[in-house]
Amino acid sequence: MIQPVLLWSDALLFVLIAAIVALALWARRQEPLRAAWGRVLKDGVAMAAATVLAAFIVVGLLDSLHYRARLDAKPGEPVRYAVEVNSALDALLSDLRQRSEKTYSAPLATHLYAKEALGDSAQRDFPRLRHGGTHLGADLSGHEFDVAMRVSRGCAGGVALWLVLAALWCRHKRISLVATLKVGAGGTATGAVFITLLAIFLLLGIAISLGGGYHVFGTDKVGQDVLYLSLKSIRTGLLIGTLTTLVMLPLAVLLGILAGYVGGWVDDVIQYLYTTLSSIPGVLLIAAAVLMMQVIIDTHPDWFATSAERADARLLALCLILGMTSWTGVARLLRAETLKLRELEFVQAAQAFGVGRFAIMRRHILPNLMHIVLIALVMDFSGLVLAEAVLSYVGVGVDPSTISFGTMINTARMELAREPMVWWSLAAAFGFMFALVLAANLFADAVRDAFDPRSSA
Amino acid sequence: MLLRSWPPAAGRRRAARGYIIRRLLYAIPILIGVNLLTFALFFVVNTPDDMARMQLGVKRVTPEAIQKWKAERGYDKPLVWNAAAAGGAKLTDTILFAKSVRMFVGDFGRADDGRDIAREITTRMGPSLAIAVPTFVLGLFVAISFALLLVFFRATTLDFAGVVLCVAMMSISGLFYIIGGQWLVSKVWHLAPISGYSGGLDAAKFLILPVIIGVFGGIGSSTRWYRTIFLEEITRDYVRTARAKGLPERVVLFRHVLRNAMIPILTGVVVVIPTLFMGSLLTESFFGIPGLGSYTIDAINAQDFAVVRSMVFIGSVLYIVGLLATDISYTIADPRVRLQ
Repeated sequence: MIQPVLLWSDALLFVLIAAIVALALWARRQEPLRAAWGRVLKDGVAMAAATVLAAFIVVGLLDSLHYRARLDAKPGEPVRYAVEVNSALDALLSDLRQRSEKTYSAPLATHLYAKEALGDSAQRDFPRLRHGGTHLGADLSGHEFDVAMRVSRGCAGGVALWLVLAALWCRHKRISLVATLKVGAGGTATGAVFITLLAIFLLLGIAISLGGGYHVFGTDKVGQDVLYLSLKSIRTGLLIGTLTTLVMLPLAVLLGILAGYVGGWVDDVIQYLYTTLSSIPGVLLIAAAVLMMQVIIDTHPDWFATSAERADARLLALCLILGMTSWTGVARLLRAETLKLRELEFVQAAQAFGVGRFAIMRRHILPNLMHIVLIALVMDFSGLVLAEAVLSYVGVGVDPSTISFGTMINTARMELAREPMVWWSLAAAFGFMFALVLAANLFADAVRDAFDPRSSA
Repeated sequence: MLLRSWPPAAGRRRAARGYIIRRLLYAIPILIGVNLLTFALFFVVNTPDDMARMQLGVKRVTPEAIQKWKAERGYDKPLVWNAAAAGGAKLTDTILFAKSVRMFVGDFGRADDGRDIAREITTRMGPSLAIAVPTFVLGLFVAISFALLLVFFRATTLDFAGVVLCVAMMSISGLFYIIGGQWLVSKVWHLAPISGYSGGLDAAKFLILPVIIGVFGGIGSSTRWYRTIFLEEITRDYVRTARAKGLPERVVLFRHVLRNAMIPILTGVVVVIPTLFMGSLLTESFFGIPGLGSYTIDAINAQDFAVVRSMVFIGSVLYIVGLLATDISYTIADPRVRLQ
């Protein structure tokens, strides 16, 4: 039926998830790591944040399963596929995606934002939307009532779904609902998870119920549904937040350990390298590198088969550039920690036994640096999501055809000057971004507190 | 007496001078590295031909037009070695020398609009500083005050609420502060002009809004940062001693903790000061302030490679100056620190 398409960023994302799963399995067998994660699991705020993050990740993953739809063909003809690359999320939201209006419309509106000449009369008026509120009929009777009904129906649906889930969980654990909400098994903060899930399900229910008849967050300049754009932006944000750190990690770890453990001229060279790179102001280096990348992409149009591939290559290149400029901080931390570890007894003992240098670095140094790597990974995430928006505004961010929070804000900020103001796409982009970054920040704090031996508070 | 005067002041000064000279010498290879990096980025990754094609439009561009574009900007020379030239010109009549090495003596060449970049930078520095310095000073003051307040009420509901507020504030995009602030203050309340700039004292009315927004947007992360520093300091022995001898908590915090926390504070703060010259990309472009930040952003949008290259180099020079200033400021803040 369909032809799966694996973009490079999808592949890397799946590799990342496989790596996380593998690391999680490995960490289960390590006593100190298990204890640290146990502390995170007991933290109510952290678990609530993790639940929100998980919801975002589910959306992002759905949006990473790309395919090309099969075109209708007469029997006997060769099978052809659409040029357009869609994702599983697009398929789920095909309603939202296809119900586009002519131009702006406010959230839950029934009429377009701009006046138009109607029919053959000379009078100009706000035309009805093609899709928003069409079920109300010509006289718009009971618009408010319909919205209220849909909200309450959505709430009911959300609560029902949540109750089913909670009931299943309670049966599985053989405890009452009240006990689940208080403190879960083994001190795990399941209560926080379930309360957050309730909030998410409520919002989901309302969005589905309202989205059936209206544009929940309105439409943008070319009439696209803003809710759809916001959901599509999540994948870009997640990719930039995670892949950037992923591409920089191997380099930072390798150079940091080498500089700290081998010392001598190797240390000098590596230190020189990262001091030079870090002395260039980040935004300027990124701007310069992205400008150069644009030249490369523009002068080699033949490298990319579809526009989706080109946008994807640009996204990856942006991650690479961001990673190249930000690995210096992590490398510096790892070097300092390696210097300390090198003098400890177990490393000295390994040296006395004649264990090779690289074996020591791999077996004895690297595992003891993992907490720094993990902390860097989670702490960088929120900053990178925010940076994407700024860079896209500056003009050195993702491809303008990639839907991201940055491009949404960038196209929407001029609309504030209109009268009446078009505020909804900005509000939606900032709202989604705030939820994602706040959850990431709260989760990162908990992870740092649990893993950093210095922070006992 | 003997202990206090050791090492002798003159010797200490000499050691410090030697250290500073060594640091200055160490800055040279780094600047050369930055210079080579920008050279590689702008001329090797893409040849000048590629850039010409990009600027003149990829399709339908004649070789003559490319040649003309390159000649106008002086990009028609060989990259590093001019075999056709005579004597020393073999090295100097190249792109590396004319475009990169000459940046060391402050010669940045001309922008695409024909103006001298060095001149443009000196005139645009004023507006950038006018906005960056007040934002920096005020931001520092506000953040340290809030952090001390939170530490004073540590482990109370106020402290917890403050930290939550900080995390929430740092989770908001900087763009939101600017857009939201402009909308609220200028459009709804009509308190300040939405954007623009003028010289002299008139500038104040244009500067108020960007400065307030800049301070406000930075409160979250910096308050949290200083709070962590103060909390780390407050567990030290001298604090316990100060409390044990009956000093009120207020005096402990402001006289002892604040002073001792100067070293970690300086580490983060002094390095920023020289880069204030660069201005802020976002603030300046949103508020229409003719500083270096908006200059950079305009150059990026117009793909004016010469300007971007110059700004990268100047930015690194200022950062290295900042690192040096940080080291020197340590000795002023803490006489125990000796540079050697």
